[in-house]
Amino acid sequence: MKLKKSVLLALTLAFSVSLAACGNNNNSQGSSASNGSSASNNKSAETKLSGSIIASGSTALQPLVDQAGKKFSETNSGVSIQVQGGGSGTGLTQVSEGQVQIGNSDVFAEEKIDDASKAAELKDHQVAVVAMAAVVNKEVGVTNLTKQQLVDIFTGKITNWKDVQGKDQKIVIVNRPGSSGTRATFEKFALGQKAPDLQGSIQEDSSGTVKKLVKETPGAIGYLALSYIDDTVQPLQYDGVDATADNVAAGKYPVWAYEHMYTKGEPDATTKAFLDYMLSDEVQNGDVVEMGYIPVSKMQVVRDVKGNVTNK
Amino acid sequence: MKAKQETPLLFRKHRAEEWIGRIYTTFCVTLLIVVIFSIVYFVASKGVSTFAVNGISLSEFLFGTEWLPDNNQFGALPFIFGSFITSLLAAVIASPLSVCAALFMTEIMPSWGKKVLQPVVELLAGIPSVVYGFIGLSVLVPFLRDIFPGQGIGVAAGSLVLSIMILPTITSIATDALGSLPRNLKEASYGLGATRWQTIAGVVLPTVMPSVLTGVVLGMARAFGEALAVQMVIGNAPHIPRSLFESASTLTSVITLNMSNTVMGSAQNNALWSMALILLFMTFVFVFVVRLLERRAKI
Amino acid sequence: MSAKLKDRIATGVIVAFSLLIIAILLGMLGYILVRGLSHISWDFLTSVPETIRAGGGIGPQLFNSLYLLVLTLIITIPLGIGAGIYMAEYAKGGRLTAAVRLVVEVLSSFPSIVVGLFGLLLIVNTFNFGFSVLSGALVLTIFNMPLMVRVTEQAFRNVPKEQKEAGLAMGLSHWKIITSILFPVALPAIITGTILAAGRIFGEAAALLFTAGMTTPRLDFTDWNPMSLNSPINPMRPAETLSVHIWKVNSEGIAPDAAEIAAGASAVLVLMVLIFNLLARWVGRLLYRKFTSIK
Repeated sequence: MKLKKSVLLALTLAFSVSLAACGNNNNSQGSSASNGSSASNNKSAETKLSGSIIASGSTALQPLVDQAGKKFSETNSGVSIQVQGGGSGTGLTQVSEGQVQIGNSDVFAEEKIDDASKAAELKDHQVAVVAMAAVVNKEVGVTNLTKQQLVDIFTGKITNWKDVQGKDQKIVIVNRPGSSGTRATFEKFALGQKAPDLQGSIQEDSSGTVKKLVKETPGAIGYLALSYIDDTVQPLQYDGVDATADNVAAGKYPVWAYEHMYTKGEPDATTKAFLDYMLSDEVQNGDVVEMGYIPVSKMQVVRDVKGNVTNK
Repeated sequence: MKAKQETPLLFRKHRAEEWIGRIYTTFCVTLLIVVIFSIVYFVASKGVSTFAVNGISLSEFLFGTEWLPDNNQFGALPFIFGSFITSLLAAVIASPLSVCAALFMTEIMPSWGKKVLQPVVELLAGIPSVVYGFIGLSVLVPFLRDIFPGQGIGVAAGSLVLSIMILPTITSIATDALGSLPRNLKEASYGLGATRWQTIAGVVLPTVMPSVLTGVVLGMARAFGEALAVQMVIGNAPHIPRSLFESASTLTSVITLNMSNTVMGSAQNNALWSMALILLFMTFVFVFVVRLLERRAKI
Repeated sequence: MSAKLKDRIATGVIVAFSLLIIAILLGMLGYILVRGLSHISWDFLTSVPETIRAGGGIGPQLFNSLYLLVLTLIITIPLGIGAGIYMAEYAKGGRLTAAVRLVVEVLSSFPSIVVGLFGLLLIVNTFNFGFSVLSGALVLTIFNMPLMVRVTEQAFRNVPKEQKEAGLAMGLSHWKIITSILFPVALPAIITGTILAAGRIFGEAAALLFTAGMTTPRLDFTDWNPMSLNSPINPMRPAETLSVHIWKVNSEGIAPDAAEIAAGASAVLVLMVLIFNLLARWVGRLLYRKFTSIK
């Protein structure tokens, strides 16, 4: 009877431990996971990594991290990587509260988190560059706009395409919601100022919907990441510069942003190994390019939080 | 069946059984109550922080028309207005259709109606809201764009999608009400030589009106809380629209668009929770109105 | 205008509106099925989605939807039936009962997005369940429970009084009467109601965006250890359901065949709901017939 009881107790304990382990995967600070077997000294054997990483946040970055994570855990069998969406805000919230190891974001944490001390706790790892271009409906007859023309359009001063050498057609703005990272980037680097939410403008958060609306709505203008642009919409030159990866890398085309993977403080060994892998040539020249991003390694310029661009 | 259990010896077993049953069912009910209180508590505690922590005044939030999060201006009136106008319009469009469908099923062609129209209405109720949004965006919006001024997107598109979504709610309640009408009421009317329409308009509809209104209010409640389908077709500009064909926002659409992009604890995120609190509050209002109507329907 | 003519016009209008409703549904069904059916194949139903290449499927999403449904029903059925029995048999019609009834009513009319946000705040973040199947199932339980309570209460109330009285006359305890006399009689109605409610769970998306997540790990369908991360039945993994997938593909998809995938997935979703509806009717009729003939 006593034996039975103790066995039962042990079972319950084991069960609750394993439940706890799968409940908070994040408590594996330091790569040693909560179970004893994998706590083998990973300092002496650097190659044998173990533990689990959860990354959450930006839906734009999610496919890239997911794909890289898959490859990483194939070579490091002890590591499991889970990549979740949820949006940049969610990713930053969760990494800052310690619920996940990596928070993916389209914008600098300083721009999202009101509390400066919380933002300072997060360590930035820039893994890719995303460039975006203004796109218009194919019928408007415009292929280039200057910065000033874009500003005038997005602030409502110009309301007809004929004022910018296009057809006589009313301009329809397909914008993003105020909290969108894509919009923040576009306003900061293409317009150089905040644009108001114009009465009657359309706001969609998702690139697919924006593309669909620009494609179908006569006179529509919006902006998309380069990976979403295909021949159903007309991408615009910006001040005469084509939106291409090479122009971005050379610093000629300014409308781009980093994709960030934030950790709270310094990452543990496993997470660091994964982040290093994200920056390796294999991922940068492979998956990053394949997904329509620009490799950080290729960039000839760097930009800081405030938007100051310097040569590398 | 189990006659053995009649022996008085088992009296104690009965008591035990009885206790198990009582405790179990009471537990389930208590859980329901705990859930509702925690929903209200948690949403309210987040929603109130807009006013308590970020110092936005309630009147500015409820009646302000300027939604400029970067400027710390959180006027939610455009969204509140958008929610009310779309759900009201949806009810206005759906109610006559629903009542006609209910009349068709009960007064005009009961056999055919039960066999064809009822399954149709039940199916409409079962179609997921993402599918409604998908069809709204790919069929309704281009259609509206072709025949009306504007981009097709806007309050009109949102209301139309919602009206189809709430049609089953109103129809099924109206059908139930019509079906439970005492026969002799109608027979008396026919007996006086009234036509079918005179009977419907003079006797049937006035009698079931409170029940039909219950259905309309429940439908509005559903429209008020619907998120994804509306968000896909309404355009989401944070302004009070000047026409039915201009982009507008609802409480739910602004929450779905911005919640995942904002960080918990930031002023904008708190403002979104305040809007969720408004949605919660409106649910109570709708339920209250339904109760009032039901009480009248009984009299 | 004579009364006769008015009568005809009114009848015409009513019939026209009814036909319009039928036309709307047929139009919608036709649109979805015509666009989607051609894309449905065994391969589409079983293969994994592709991010940037064409030819992705919806296998994991379909599995997630079903798994989430099963998990939700496992949680909801005992709780919902328990509460329903309380309402039908134990509640004494006092103020408390009225309050509980109000709770059920309010709970069933809460907007799904608000319940989803509550799930995000409490279950995902505070309890730290993360974006997971379990978080999703718990949130769906909140929707489903009031429905189950209503269905159960109604089913119990519709049991003929004589049956209960017969039990009382035999000297059975109240609980015994409930479980062995009333419950079997009420069962067909409960099952029908459950299946109909299941259809609703299947289509829910707004609440799941914030709780079950928008991603699925690579599932290893040979690994049935619920603790392993890539196991399909691990309740702590994120799970994108079919309806969430439609929403995502529609709005974010960059695969060249995103539109076809959305159409195909919508068709599958609508077909599943159709099957649920037909199943509910069929099971209800079958059980009813069985029950009435045995009696």
